[in-house]
Amino acid sequence: MTNRATATIHGWLLLLPAMACLALFTHWPAIASFVDSFMSTPRARRPARFVGLDNYQQMAADPIFWKAMANNLWFAMGTIPTSIALALLMAVWVNDRIAGRTLVRMAYFTPTILPMIAVANIWLFFFTPQYGLLEQIVGAFGGRSTNWLGSQDTALYAVTVVAIWKEAGFFMIFYLAALQAIPPSLGEAAAIEGASRWTFFRRVQFPLLMPTTLFVLINAVINAFRMIDHIFVMTRGGPDNATTLLLFYIYQVGFGFWDTAYAAALTCVLLLLLALVAFVQYGWLERRTHYQ
Amino acid sequence: MDRREFLGSTAALAGSLAMARPVLAQSAELSFFYPVAVGGPITKLIDSYAAGFEKENPTIKVKPIYAGTYQETIVKALTAHKSGTPPVLSVLLSTDMFTLIDEEAIVPFDPFIKTEDDKKWLSSFFPGFMENSQTGGKTWGIPFQRSTVVLYWNKELFKEAGLDPEKPPTTWAQQLEFAQKLTKRDAAGNTSQWGIQIPSSGFPYWLFQGLTTQAGAILANPAGDKTDYANPGVVEALQYWVDLAQKHKVHPPGIVEWGTTPRDFFEKKVAMMWTTTGNLTNVRANAKFPFGVAVLPAGKKPGSPTGGGNFYLSKKASPAEQEAAFKFVRWITTPERAAQWSADTGYVAVTPAAYETEAMKKYVADFPQALVARDQLPTAVAELSTHENQRVTKALNDGLQAALTGTKQPGPAMADAQAEAERILKSYR
Repeated sequence: MTNRATATIHGWLLLLPAMACLALFTHWPAIASFVDSFMSTPRARRPARFVGLDNYQQMAADPIFWKAMANNLWFAMGTIPTSIALALLMAVWVNDRIAGRTLVRMAYFTPTILPMIAVANIWLFFFTPQYGLLEQIVGAFGGRSTNWLGSQDTALYAVTVVAIWKEAGFFMIFYLAALQAIPPSLGEAAAIEGASRWTFFRRVQFPLLMPTTLFVLINAVINAFRMIDHIFVMTRGGPDNATTLLLFYIYQVGFGFWDTAYAAALTCVLLLLLALVAFVQYGWLERRTHYQ
Repeated sequence: MDRREFLGSTAALAGSLAMARPVLAQSAELSFFYPVAVGGPITKLIDSYAAGFEKENPTIKVKPIYAGTYQETIVKALTAHKSGTPPVLSVLLSTDMFTLIDEEAIVPFDPFIKTEDDKKWLSSFFPGFMENSQTGGKTWGIPFQRSTVVLYWNKELFKEAGLDPEKPPTTWAQQLEFAQKLTKRDAAGNTSQWGIQIPSSGFPYWLFQGLTTQAGAILANPAGDKTDYANPGVVEALQYWVDLAQKHKVHPPGIVEWGTTPRDFFEKKVAMMWTTTGNLTNVRANAKFPFGVAVLPAGKKPGSPTGGGNFYLSKKASPAEQEAAFKFVRWITTPERAAQWSADTGYVAVTPAAYETEAMKKYVADFPQALVARDQLPTAVAELSTHENQRVTKALNDGLQAALTGTKQPGPAMADAQAEAERILKSYR
């Protein structure tokens, strides 16, 4: 055997454990879900049988699915740009030499390390009508009492705010790391040229952060579609499905109704959606993010 | 340790296991899942019952496993069932009976009823609780942490509003009238104190069933394959609920959280609340004012649904395990234990005999509010339960929430819910 062949075999052997895990926990479930989505749900006395596109037809006629889809798009539009912008702002701020820098960084990062269920419980009381924190603040300014989580008009916004609060601190860490990787000589050069702070950010820092922004964007999109835990604690998808997101609905169909076939079909749609987004991001955006 | 030593010790271990076998053969391990749905130290109580049982039955090991809310517990129990190793015993909603039967996850208790004594035990439960435990002539669940909806009222706020603090409302009209007197608004029109609160998050159908029963409507048939959501009585009941908030403004608008409702009551943000009798011990411990507990006010007639959890026996457990579980269920439902459990939590004791025990008599002499839920049982109805229970119930919940948040009128909301339930249940007839 040649050296080259041995090296190849070694390489594959080193990859094997990771590949096995990936296949077992990612590829196999995805394929199984795809196959199951064309079958009926197996019941104790009625085994699964092939039903073709029945599950997908059911989905097209299912108003709750469309509601969940629309909710999820609003949720994504609400969380992604806001949390990224906030993260960038916070990172630029705590990158500077300000007093109590470590403390501020820690404060911003805290939401990320708290368990989501605990966070949701805290926010549940923030949103409580009449004596919750938000009510106290709004009331102090003479505003009217609002049932934030219990009204169709505000419930989705309320859960969106919690997600932004949680995400921004996490993304800040990536931006902070990227900002610190920018050579200080660039800043010095800009200072000698007399560039304003804004110009320096716009012409130097921001373009250099583009690869980070892409990375953060991908994470933000994935997070927007896999958000589920705080929905459980805060609204359980209510009122009348106003906060039902796609993954929550999949859980409900799969483990609440035990309609596993329909849940598999829903999962395929979610996968397809994410694949599409990934395709746009890797195939198109990535090529445009490299700075000249 | 070298290899020879290792092999030697393994052999010794195997030998000792073989020797221990005759003892092991009679013993069984009894795993059981249970949820926590009300305030209070439920896990501690369950653990102490398990320890008490083990002491009297040294061959049986009880392993209680706290599994979350009712919803989470049934998800875990059914997932475990599908993967092949379910808990021997579980406490799940009495309304999950049809779902569990359809999944072939449970066995009826009837084969374990052998002696006269067993038969006497089975007929000792309140008949109201057996409605959600039996179908097709078989007993699938044994009542354990059962409840009804009751009205709690703040006597202090009643006095402030000029009402007799000892007299709760007894009719719908009176309930509204009292609520109007108990609602406080400031000059800007903001409400600082609501008259009444009926929670509507999570499982609004349950509290709503109090209203529908009072309006003379029954939501589902005993076979669990037909619902009656569009019944005029149901619509009338929903109109009453919606009007409390939107027309009379004596009930908070939008969806009211189940979990924070007792706290709203403690904070005096609400003068009367509807919630489970299972919250009794929680309210007693945390309300810093005198409070009363009453049967729900009557519409056309008085009424409330029963609720709460039953014991279920896993089909996939071995006969020895099932036998052990049966023994445990009998042990924990004896009058003394049922009385103890009721006093510790506020749940209704499941047998009339429990109310005849010395301990219970002493407890209610000191705290007569504990008797209200039992006294309501004669007018109580079975909790809404059908095949594909979660889905059929969600149809109703969605309709209720749509009406309460003002996106649909009660009539159309209930018609939509009925149409959806009809679609799902058609194949079960």
